[in-house]
Amino acid sequence: MSFDQQAIEQRAARMRADILKMVTLAGSGHPGGSLSSTDIMATLYFGDVLRYRPEEPKWDGRDRFILSKGHVAPVLYAALANAGCFDVTELAALRKFNSRLQGHPDHLKLPAVEVSTGSLGQGLSIAAGIAYGLRACEQTEQKVYVLLGDGELQEGQNWEAAMFAAHQRLDNLIAIVDNNGLQIDGRLEDVVSLGSIADKFSSFGFTVFEVDGHDVAELKDAFNRAVEVQGTPVVIIAKTIKGKGVSFMENQAGWHGKAPSDELCDTALKELGTSMSEEVRR
Amino acid sequence: MSGKKATRAAYGETLVELLAEGVDVYAVDADLSASTTTAKLKAVDEKRLVNVGIAEQNMIGVAAGLSLTDKVVFTGSFAVFGTGRVYDQIRNTVCHGNLNVKIAPTHAGISVGADGGSHQMVEDIALMRVLPNMRVLVPADYRSAKAAIRLAAETHGPVYIRMGRADVEQIDSGTDMLDFGKARVLREGGDVTIVACGVEVGQALSAAASLAERGIEAEVIDAFSIKPLDSETILTSARKTGHVVTAEEHSVIGGLGEAVAGLLSEFPGVLRKPLKRIGVWDRFGASGDFDELFREYGLDAQSIFDVVVQ
Ligand SMILES: [Mg+2]
Repeated sequence: MSFDQQAIEQRAARMRADILKMVTLAGSGHPGGSLSSTDIMATLYFGDVLRYRPEEPKWDGRDRFILSKGHVAPVLYAALANAGCFDVTELAALRKFNSRLQGHPDHLKLPAVEVSTGSLGQGLSIAAGIAYGLRACEQTEQKVYVLLGDGELQEGQNWEAAMFAAHQRLDNLIAIVDNNGLQIDGRLEDVVSLGSIADKFSSFGFTVFEVDGHDVAELKDAFNRAVEVQGTPVVIIAKTIKGKGVSFMENQAGWHGKAPSDELCDTALKELGTSMSEEVRR
Repeated sequence: MSGKKATRAAYGETLVELLAEGVDVYAVDADLSASTTTAKLKAVDEKRLVNVGIAEQNMIGVAAGLSLTDKVVFTGSFAVFGTGRVYDQIRNTVCHGNLNVKIAPTHAGISVGADGGSHQMVEDIALMRVLPNMRVLVPADYRSAKAAIRLAAETHGPVYIRMGRADVEQIDSGTDMLDFGKARVLREGGDVTIVACGVEVGQALSAAASLAERGIEAEVIDAFSIKPLDSETILTSARKTGHVVTAEEHSVIGGLGEAVAGLLSEFPGVLRKPLKRIGVWDRFGASGDFDELFREYGLDAQSIFDVVVQ
């Protein structure tokens, strides 16, 4: 499959509509960070980056994807459903009783989820462990991708993991930071500033790429370069906008973990060129 | 009885044996691989000991990741750091995901000695016991520790193994058939049941010998598997003696004593005397040698004797 920018953008638009629909039907959830991560996830899943088999989630040759910022489960479920891992109609069950689509990803319920997450700051360690394990089995062609939030980087465990990954030269590990600049209580700059994320990872021994996290061509190019890096782990710092694609959600910390009303969902879907009735018909 | 040996001495050794037998075993430790003895695995195959440095949270995360590549993974560190400092990592990543990670730190309890209260973990059984998917094993001696490590390796899912630093007598049980949900009756008696775990098993046996001189026959049960608990063996003995005393080198809150109390409370009329729990009474540890500390905290054989006769 060659790179088709338009096709990825269409997937991303589809995923954004799914996220809004899902969260609205659930009456709760995390739209802000899901929307900031959408283009990253669309590039990973539909840009010929991540190797996976929708019908065989535990395929031995797969690349691994870990959603460290587990609260953006909606964007993961949207990617998996659109990739064919399960039917898109199941997205309506997000956060419902007896649903496989738990509020935070649960691999025991949904096999397409690599590992359950939800408590922040642990994904990079898990990814490093997988990367170490794959290398020990000489499965070095396979890559381990992990999506981190920027607020999440305030958890110290990330830096324990970063030290370890660089020390072990885990060049099969590719982290992506969804750098939307916001966390629940407001701007990172106001809560606790991270300083330069790039300088931090660089000083820990990572190869760092910085991209516009909503430009799928830039993202694809960064992934292409990331898989070629040898001797160090990689981090792609993707500058993003929380709530991207929905005017009233963009750059609003308040939309971190809140579902829109039916009316606001309609407005949002209209901005994305679709409607709830069209969504439900799918 | 053979020479004294610490339960931790079984750790690295048994991992090396498992590797030789073809188990794809890894240990992840946090700069304490000599003390925990996981370093022995490194001597055989360097990559199988993953030393993360002084970073216990990452230790659990890396272990979780390794288990996701189908390896059998044991974690190290001291019990205080290897459980308490990483409780959320064990809860949310290992147990909630039912991963094949064995939490097996050493240096549990006040028998750590001179290092003092900061390093003497007496809350770990409580912390681990309450977690869904977690099994809890407390070996009483070196051979039991070997058995615990083997059981953990051959069983999928999280297991907590509590090991200690102090050298303890090998208990002559005639059999080392240990299993999840199985306690072993080490001494039979009709007057009182002493349910003990870990280091306290040896103390209970000494107490039982003194009690016998006073004409009191104690049944001593090694509650090797705290979770699942061997309800049947404990109940059968309690029905026989009507008098139960528990003994653990752990807080009386949340440990073996409360597990046994919880069990017996569901069977009213079994006990003719109130249950007595021997353990650490809501205190931190302190520096001292084994004998001094066990006397001070009421964990020595004499204290068990006193509780039984009073
Ligand atoms: Mg953020």
